[in-house]
Amino acid sequence: MSQYIFRRIIEAIPVVLGVSILVFLMVHLIPGDPAVALLGERATDENIDALRERWGLNEPLHEQYLIWVGNIMQGDLGNSRRGNLDISRELRNRFPATIELSLTALTIATLLGIPIGIFSAVKRNSWFDTGSMLGALLGVSIPIFVLGLLLMFFVGVELGWLPFISRLDSNISLERVTGLHTVDAIITGNWDAFVNAVSHLILPAITLMTISLAVIARITRSAMLEVLNQDYIRTARAKGLQERKVIRTHALRNALLPVVTIIGLQLGTLLSGAVLTETIFAWPGIGKWLFDSIQARDYPIVQSVTLLVAMIYVFVNLAVDILYTVIDPRVRNA
Amino acid sequence: MSSRTPAISLKTSDSDEQRTLSMWQDTLSRLLRSPSARFGGFITISFIIISILVPLLDNYNASRDSNLSARYNEPDCIIGFINGSMDGDFLCEFPFGADENGRNIFRRVGHGMSVSLVAGVFSVAIAVSIGTTIGLASGYLSGWVDSTAMRIMDVVLAFPSLLLAITLVTVAGPGLRNGMIAVAVTQIPVYARLARSMAISVRNMEYVMAARSVGASDFTIIRKHIFPNSLAPIIVQSTLGLGTAVVETAALGYLGLGQQPPFPELGKMLADSQSSLASGKWWVMLFPAVTIILMVLGFNLLGDGLRDALDPRLRGND
Repeated sequence: MSQYIFRRIIEAIPVVLGVSILVFLMVHLIPGDPAVALLGERATDENIDALRERWGLNEPLHEQYLIWVGNIMQGDLGNSRRGNLDISRELRNRFPATIELSLTALTIATLLGIPIGIFSAVKRNSWFDTGSMLGALLGVSIPIFVLGLLLMFFVGVELGWLPFISRLDSNISLERVTGLHTVDAIITGNWDAFVNAVSHLILPAITLMTISLAVIARITRSAMLEVLNQDYIRTARAKGLQERKVIRTHALRNALLPVVTIIGLQLGTLLSGAVLTETIFAWPGIGKWLFDSIQARDYPIVQSVTLLVAMIYVFVNLAVDILYTVIDPRVRNA
Repeated sequence: MSSRTPAISLKTSDSDEQRTLSMWQDTLSRLLRSPSARFGGFITISFIIISILVPLLDNYNASRDSNLSARYNEPDCIIGFINGSMDGDFLCEFPFGADENGRNIFRRVGHGMSVSLVAGVFSVAIAVSIGTTIGLASGYLSGWVDSTAMRIMDVVLAFPSLLLAITLVTVAGPGLRNGMIAVAVTQIPVYARLARSMAISVRNMEYVMAARSVGASDFTIIRKHIFPNSLAPIIVQSTLGLGTAVVETAALGYLGLGQQPPFPELGKMLADSQSSLASGKWWVMLFPAVTIILMVLGFNLLGDGLRDALDPRLRGND
């Protein structure tokens, strides 16, 4: 097993390198001087010279890349064009909002999707199965921004049940501990803020989770159906085991393996979906930041957010692959 | 797959029919047997026909379209119908209502749909042609070509697709053309991997060796023997990919990176409708939203149906 894990880590290295080179080249592909692209058209000569020095823009391209990687390793992602913000600090401020939204969406999607998939498979062709699979089909067919707008209008505006702008009402104050509002509210025992934060979280989380929920339910169902056709399930039933036990101990454990992979892959969908969801609901995470920066042509921010999300995606996929070998003895012993 | 035996049998039982049908005839008959695939096919074909007809029949000049006297006109047919004035005293001038510039949403949805569909088809066409070529070549040739191509594909796949499309358009400049290309780039690895796996699975088949032994060139072998055999999964994937491509180009439009105003595009129309929602002007959002949902649903139903119809494991089971 350790050999497999080792090989998998080695295989990830060229991908990490490729991703970083691509993101690095981004600024150089914009027509014109990269220093101007990074600083904006109104930058002074002094500022441009300082930037060239810091990022080695007078050096050959491969040296620039090494300097860039070196700076990033030390946590220096550069400064934004507008307002000269320190990007790494700003990223730390905004990232928890995205984490809170994505993890909530992923958790709900998993907790609902797996049982729906199992039940659909066990009660194959029942009304529940037909209904939930139709729902799943609709779920993968409805674009995130369309669902977001529909929810915002019908639940937020017309019915007025839930707030649909930002993370907290402006009159609620909350002490920052982790940056995750719901967690901070629990830690500080601020129940008003907790209720408020949760109510703000509901619509964006539903919007973001729908595709993942549909995908997880579909995969669980088809994995479960495949396992239920296996000989060992027939054996288990033939030896007189209770149906509940057959499903729980024999079918489920095997059916959940592909589901683990899919859940890991959903994180990528969620992180790019976050750009749209956060834009719709004015959620102050990195997705909204990316959108605002694109509008303002603030390339250093676009570059940093892209790099961060892509790296998270690569490492999550790696972690899922490794986890897969840990939980599946067939892969482990292969 | 080139065994095109004519359907000479007149027997109607399923098992006899399958033995005498060619693969594509068989697929079509299995596809038509599934109600959901029929529904998906119906939506897809209607949308294609509308998308072709609308630009031909209606000469729309988006930059001149503004009629402030009709600002936020309600969808007159529907409202009239609901209010029960069926005696014909309501007009059907704005079936889907009008937006903040008094533009006819029905007309704009028609043109926007056409733009989204064309953008989707173009992105998929680019992705399929480049991806399949890369995949077939690297699967058949193997060696360093294969490993280089696949590592590059890995890098492209390492980005969540919409994020990569956003980044590419940011660099290349917003616009429908760049949006289409960006969406295509994110989809290339999907087809490359698919074509590669098909090429590997048929590479050592006897008929490929036979072709090689009579002196056929690599190019001929790939074109005449390997490509036709990998067609089925690629067709399924491109139908499903059309849905993804339509959603992603619309998402770019929503973010202001796709089709630029004043030209109609469904994603951009939805983004613009957001400011009208707070005042309860639901029609500005609802009709483009339903159009895009139906379009994607149609592709997904048809793609799922095709996958089931072409799946050899399911063949003969029903």
